[in-house]
Amino acid sequence: MSGVRVIDVNHGVFEINDEIAETVRDYNKQHNNFMINLMASPGAGKTTFLLKTVEALKDSVKIGIMEADIDATVDAEKMKAAGVSSIQIHTGGECAMDAEMTLQALNEFDTKDIDLLFLENVGNLVCPAETDTGADKKVVLLSVPEGDDKPLKYPLMFEVADLIVVTKIDTLGYFDFDKEAFVRNIRARNKKAEVLFLSAKTGEGFDAWLEILKKWL
Amino acid sequence: MHELGVVFYVIKDVKKVAEENEIDRVDSVTLSIGEVSGILHDYLTDCWDWAKKREPVVENAELKIETIKAVTHCEDCGEDYETVKYAKVCPKCGSENTYLLTGNEFVIKEIGVLDE
Repeated sequence: MSGVRVIDVNHGVFEINDEIAETVRDYNKQHNNFMINLMASPGAGKTTFLLKTVEALKDSVKIGIMEADIDATVDAEKMKAAGVSSIQIHTGGECAMDAEMTLQALNEFDTKDIDLLFLENVGNLVCPAETDTGADKKVVLLSVPEGDDKPLKYPLMFEVADLIVVTKIDTLGYFDFDKEAFVRNIRARNKKAEVLFLSAKTGEGFDAWLEILKKWL
Repeated sequence: MHELGVVFYVIKDVKKVAEENEIDRVDSVTLSIGEVSGILHDYLTDCWDWAKKREPVVENAELKIETIKAVTHCEDCGEDYETVKYAKVCPKCGSENTYLLTGNEFVIKEIGVLDE
């Protein structure tokens, strides 16, 4: 007679990731890396924002960048051309980095001399919000052309953020972006996150970001 | 695309459990998934059917999904209510001072093995 043997597992899939995320945090603590998970939609200006940050801090803070994309190496090449230590991670079709991929990347990336580590996550406002990578802070970028209603459409992303940065404010004159409505839309979900408005291109508002960064480090 | 990543996790974990129990073929995998975990069941099953063929230990395993009901708790009046119906606003007192009790889970509950 044939029967079915049942083996209890009871493993929470998100808990497995959370445990690895703790390992990532321990690793970074031991190596004195402060890690920021940078999230945004494609074209929000993540790379320009990072390049400007590197340029502003190059004499005082050693920065490393982990570029996560589904494919291609254009971002890592741009960073390399700018003299920044970087590593390209391919997520192999995955729409976000998880803690395990982050840990693997950390093991391959020489972070010995690095103070500040950016994880430039895959560009979208959905999956990266769901997965803890083990970063110390989560920063969300949103560009003016994307519109002030995005916190309503992608609530989780704006809920998990420690800091929200609106980029490309030099284009405010061309788009109907209501700054007050944007902050109101965020506050419905997230009472704590600071909200900054800046332009990495003109430099307007950029000092406030550097101040926050110095405070974190 | 989030579902595919989750499926890879599940397969990796099931493979580990199978090894620990000295099983070389799993016939079913049961998942308990919260109503508001953001996982699309049909899509998850499609991803499962695609991914399992790449891992001999689960290549014939059927995916079973159980749903965990989403319940939200109101901190102001103490009411527990259906999240899917009322979302963040308490239907009893109108407060938004609420948090999710259950419904966000994604658990590999058990695996089934047919006796030879």
